[in-house]
Amino acid sequence: MQTLTNRAKLVERKPLSFIEKAYLWNILKGLIITFSHIFKKKPTIQYPEVKRPFSPVFRGLHVLNRDEEGRERCTACGLCAVACPAEAITMEAAERLPGEEHLYREEKYAARYEINMLRCIFCGLCEEACPKDAVYLSETFAGANFNRESFVFGKENLLIPNPKTDPEGYAKAKGIN
Amino acid sequence: MTLLSIDWFLLIEKLILIAVIIFASLGIALYTTFAERKVAAILQDRPGPNRAGPFGLFQPFADGLKLIMKEEIIPNSSNKFLFVLGPTLAMIAALMTCAVIPWGDKIVAFGRTIALQIADINIGILYVFGVVSLGVYGIMIGGWASNNKFSLLAALRGASQAISYELAMGISLIALLMITGTLQLGEIVKQQMQPNHFWNVVYQPLGFLLFLICAFAECNRTPFDLPEAENELNFGYHQEYSSMKLGFYLFAEYINMFISSVIMATLFFGGYDIPFFDEAKHADWGNWLALAGVICLMIKVVLFIFFFMWVRWTIPRFRYDQLMKLGWKTMLPLALLNMLITGAVILWLKK
Repeated sequence: MQTLTNRAKLVERKPLSFIEKAYLWNILKGLIITFSHIFKKKPTIQYPEVKRPFSPVFRGLHVLNRDEEGRERCTACGLCAVACPAEAITMEAAERLPGEEHLYREEKYAARYEINMLRCIFCGLCEEACPKDAVYLSETFAGANFNRESFVFGKENLLIPNPKTDPEGYAKAKGIN
Repeated sequence: MTLLSIDWFLLIEKLILIAVIIFASLGIALYTTFAERKVAAILQDRPGPNRAGPFGLFQPFADGLKLIMKEEIIPNSSNKFLFVLGPTLAMIAALMTCAVIPWGDKIVAFGRTIALQIADINIGILYVFGVVSLGVYGIMIGGWASNNKFSLLAALRGASQAISYELAMGISLIALLMITGTLQLGEIVKQQMQPNHFWNVVYQPLGFLLFLICAFAECNRTPFDLPEAENELNFGYHQEYSSMKLGFYLFAEYINMFISSVIMATLFFGGYDIPFFDEAKHADWGNWLALAGVICLMIKVVLFIFFFMWVRWTIPRFRYDQLMKLGWKTMLPLALLNMLITGAVILWLKK
């Protein structure tokens, strides 16, 4: 038969030799192989205590950012919701009232901002779409829960801790160590 | 007054011994389940259970608790009495074999000489075989009473396997008994302890190999675990069982493994004999010597149990026709040959 390369090998179908039929010798070889695995290094990472380091471009759960004075950056422009291919983001805009300048950076802010983490595919397009640097993907990922509702994250879950009142939490969420 | 002529101390002594041995067997079986998981993990480059307690040492208790807390289901169409009898019988048969095993030499306590053996009966090894054979009833009754055709098929599978391999096991043992000339387990150990006498495995290497393979088959361990077949053959005879009744079946398997390790150590590896050490010269050590013997027996048993597990995580299961072929066409003729050769050699040496 014409072969494409000369690397082709015919399958050998020889009858088993006596040693192979007796089976014990081959069992012994197998036992030695498994025994050698006792001394191999175990690749397991003891998860909750030891964590595998993330790559710098890891895309985890979303965070709604604040500026240095602790004001929310989001202006509820809706670009992230438009960019989202999974349609996981919804929001409601509201106008900033006088006296709320220390809470919101611009005149308009998101009164309600929700991301459905079960719909989200963590593609990071919202992060790219945001003109205000308000939403970005952190290095934490979704935990387990008992009901689906709790996976719809509102502002209370998403907002980064205030750098003025809770600088440690802010640094932790930002990933500055 | 005739009632008082019973040796009450003997009764108490034996009761304590029975309690200790049964609880020790249960404890060892409990930790064998843990060791099984740990050995499997280590052979597969994993750390194994390590969350419950230090090194996961409380894992068997968590497993046991889980089994007890599960809902106890007795199928509607099953035979209720036999359904409960199945696991009970498996457990009782597994535990009863402990009775004749010599766990160690005599110890002296409270002015009495106590033999570390519940009953040194003169048909010891026959008793073990009789009781171990009863374990088949546990499998058969459990599979039949479930009223499930898969359970029944698995039970038949298990029963025919156990019976086939018991034959080769018995015959391989006859060759050993021709050498020892006694069925009494205590006597067999004492013979091996004599200074100019090696362990029986030296005189009966083929017999030991056959016995070992048959012990694997009798304990339903891989490569002969067709009655169980956790993953592909529909789980086996305990398919309808849940909660502690399932636990008893699984537990009985581990106790069987422990007992067959003890029997192998006793018959072929000198029981509580300490290797390269003449016990008779150090008789003044008294109880400590007996204790060292018990520890030595336990070390041998642990090595055997490790071997059981090591084989389990190395080789795959036999096909059913391969199993039967091995049993009837290889093991049985080899056992017969071994018996004939041993008999001929003994006759020739005596002439």
